[in-house]
Amino acid sequence: MSQYVLRRLLIAIPSLLGISVVLFVVLALAPGDPFSELATNPNVPPEVQAALRAKFGLDDPIHLRYLHWLNAMLHGDWGFSFVSRMNVDTLILQRLPATLYVIGSAQILALLIAIPVGVYAATKPYSLFDQIANTLAFVGFSLPTFFTGILFILIFSVTLDWLPFVYTTDIKATGIHWVLEMIRQAIMPVAVLGLFQAASMTRFVRSAMLDVIRLDYVTTARAKGLGQATVIVKHVMRNAMIPVVTLIALQMPAVFGGAIVTEQIFRIPGIGSLLISSILSNDTPVVMAVTFVFACLVVLFNLIADVLYGWLDPRISLR
Amino acid sequence: MLDKELRSMIGQVKDGRMDRRAFIKRMAAVGLTAPLANQILALGGVAMAEGPSTYKPTKRGGGGALKLLWWQGPTLLNPHFATGTKDQDGSRLFYEPLACWDPDGNMKLVLASEIPSIQNGLLAADGKSVTWKLKPGVKWHDGKPFTADDIVFTWEYIIDPATAAITVATYRDITVEKVDDLTVRITFKKPTPFWADAFVGAPNTIIPKHLFADYKGSKSREAPTNLSPVGTGPYKFVEFKPGDLVRGQLNPDYHMPNRPYFDTVEMKGGGDAVSAARAVIQTGEYDFGWNIQVEDDVLLRLEKGGKGKTIYAVGGDTEFIALNFTDPNTEVDGEKSSMKTKHPLFSDPAVRKALSLLIDRESVKKAIYGRAGRTTANFLNGPEKFVSKNTSWEFSIEKASKILDDAGWKPGADGIREKDGKKLKLLYQTSINGPRQKTQAIVKQACQKAGIDVELKSVVASVFFSSDVANPDTYAKFYADIEMFQIPLSQPDPSQHMRRFLSTNVATKENKWQGTNFPRWINKDYDAAIEAAESEMDPLKRAEHYIKANDLMYQDTVFIPVQHRLKVEAAANNLRPIISGWANETDNLHDWYREE
Repeated sequence: MSQYVLRRLLIAIPSLLGISVVLFVVLALAPGDPFSELATNPNVPPEVQAALRAKFGLDDPIHLRYLHWLNAMLHGDWGFSFVSRMNVDTLILQRLPATLYVIGSAQILALLIAIPVGVYAATKPYSLFDQIANTLAFVGFSLPTFFTGILFILIFSVTLDWLPFVYTTDIKATGIHWVLEMIRQAIMPVAVLGLFQAASMTRFVRSAMLDVIRLDYVTTARAKGLGQATVIVKHVMRNAMIPVVTLIALQMPAVFGGAIVTEQIFRIPGIGSLLISSILSNDTPVVMAVTFVFACLVVLFNLIADVLYGWLDPRISLR
Repeated sequence: MLDKELRSMIGQVKDGRMDRRAFIKRMAAVGLTAPLANQILALGGVAMAEGPSTYKPTKRGGGGALKLLWWQGPTLLNPHFATGTKDQDGSRLFYEPLACWDPDGNMKLVLASEIPSIQNGLLAADGKSVTWKLKPGVKWHDGKPFTADDIVFTWEYIIDPATAAITVATYRDITVEKVDDLTVRITFKKPTPFWADAFVGAPNTIIPKHLFADYKGSKSREAPTNLSPVGTGPYKFVEFKPGDLVRGQLNPDYHMPNRPYFDTVEMKGGGDAVSAARAVIQTGEYDFGWNIQVEDDVLLRLEKGGKGKTIYAVGGDTEFIALNFTDPNTEVDGEKSSMKTKHPLFSDPAVRKALSLLIDRESVKKAIYGRAGRTTANFLNGPEKFVSKNTSWEFSIEKASKILDDAGWKPGADGIREKDGKKLKLLYQTSINGPRQKTQAIVKQACQKAGIDVELKSVVASVFFSSDVANPDTYAKFYADIEMFQIPLSQPDPSQHMRRFLSTNVATKENKWQGTNFPRWINKDYDAAIEAAESEMDPLKRAEHYIKANDLMYQDTVFIPVQHRLKVEAAANNLRPIISGWANETDNLHDWYREE
């Protein structure tokens, strides 16, 4: 087992290196530079732009810049933002709490809806409950988040005036009021993201359950006289959850990555909005760091999913 | 002629026979900005009066929180590294200049105690030096006294090339010296009619010597104060999250009486202009929204029964179409739009003239800019009352057609005019931006009716405005026949603007397209006028030269102004913000208050 994990980690090194090369080259070849906004300002002489490019090493050849970046990364230096003139890791750490809170809550909400609804719908396929759940799921994942987000704002903020639609990180209250305010401002983004995720996940859980529920060992368990709840939870769910775990594990990087569109709509200062604003201002070190973190997380969670398989299904041996 | 007229006008203002406002109005009519007109008066011996104050609160603080929404939040808080106005806006909450500009272009004192003039002896009559007296007793937020040393240091910091300060153009040709602890003298190499540039306005705020002294030049990026400013301003720094939030709290030792009114200030970033307008005008979650570039229809709808309104500030921003004087389709020595070529169509002045008749500015205003735009014939535009009546514009497909007919451009079989085998086909490029694409469509339609075929092209703004040498789509390379954008008038003086188009500043491959004359227009008379203006001792004659230069551009149809754009902001109904078209939004923040 530990050997397996070690081997997988070693295999991850060349793939991460490959990913970093691709990311770096693509970003280096992308048009535009971080000091473009200065170009329209007649008061800024072109020499300043040239000096800034030289100062941040933008005029060096690509391979030198890559080696420089790799060396710094190995020493734990994530780079220096051109636009904010601060270390990239500080910038990312500043944004992480909001992303973890909002997107994490959305994922939990999605699971809390998807698993019970999916399981219950599968135990009574084609019943009225199943039909309604299916219909809502289809509606849910057909509506994009930028649409539901704006719809929620129009209903709950503009018309009803119940909830704020600008997410603030410095709530003035303390104690219980602070907690309540944090929850209040997160309701809309969490609902928008959570319901969207829940919709597709419900369908997935339902079909995974249906695959298992018809198998002979389930009939055997019922024949032994076990109760419906025990059969479903202990026998069916445990097996049906294997593909669901894969799905969730692969979605975990997205939790860290944030949801770009939703963060933009509700002004949540998360990683997703950092990424998009960095892309728009050509702040390559930040874009590079964020995308590289995603790549690492994807590799890591793939490994975690594989290890979890072994725990969920002892028949799968990891060698 | 103008010179004499100006002198007699200044004399009239001195004797009180002519109203100051009337003078500024006359000056603006010949293309000078209000702040410049005020400075010419000062040089003519009429002291500049400080703009009136509308500030009502009678005690400091008690105003609660001021919530500002900047849909592009500041990403750094050192004004001399600002990559855009958003960073200057954020820095200005904490740092201060010597003086700032009010909505009428009058100077308002901030850290200075007196407006320099020839009468009080602070302004040299030859325009070669200006002395600033500082307010006594001003303290930095950390308690250290603010002195002339800080101003001298700020200058040294900026002119160090290794610092790569974006404000260097203002400072590299001046010398700043300390006279005593509360007096500095700025010496100019040349007579400088626009003497109130260095250390004036939000881009030119003063930084503390005791915190930046160790971080000058190549170490500038390591300064911890870059991210946690210590200034002299009305608000003390509390917190900064780049792109997301800037927070400040009332400075109890602020040097202006009864100010500031608000106890805390918060500048939230992120999102887009439409939802920012909604958060201020419709739901009232925020007090003030910056740069609300939203279609007028949407704003009018939000304003109905809303909690806020839009406010407009008149400045000098003009959206224009530039004509390429070189051939973008022929490559000479690996360079398109080379100076060795001539534009095949625009070398005929009739074509340029006809094109200027085909820009339907009224429709552009009605369909796109609404209250945020004004039609204009001028490249330089001032406040409404002051807009020039000398130049005129017209939209007439018939006249354009006639001019083209007379010049021998006859419609071919496909309806497109041609002459000597050259077809009137134009490539029209601009950056991707809703209003710009709509303007393109309006222009294209009119041109089609006059037998000119226009192909539209739009480029992502980050590419269009970049200095990327490898990219063919930048505005500086100008690989198109006409292009449209706006150059913000970053200082209320035309000299920087006009210098761009000297024939020595042509953008070519040789200078990596860093030359500022992108239309590649060469006119000896223009060069002579600008050179004369820059070496002119007499500010009035200098003005005359600039006006002549301006007229030359107009006659040659180098630029076709499309719209004079106003600043659009959103504010809560009870907020009393002071927004000047000549300054950053936060430049007068110390005077903002809320009507109870």
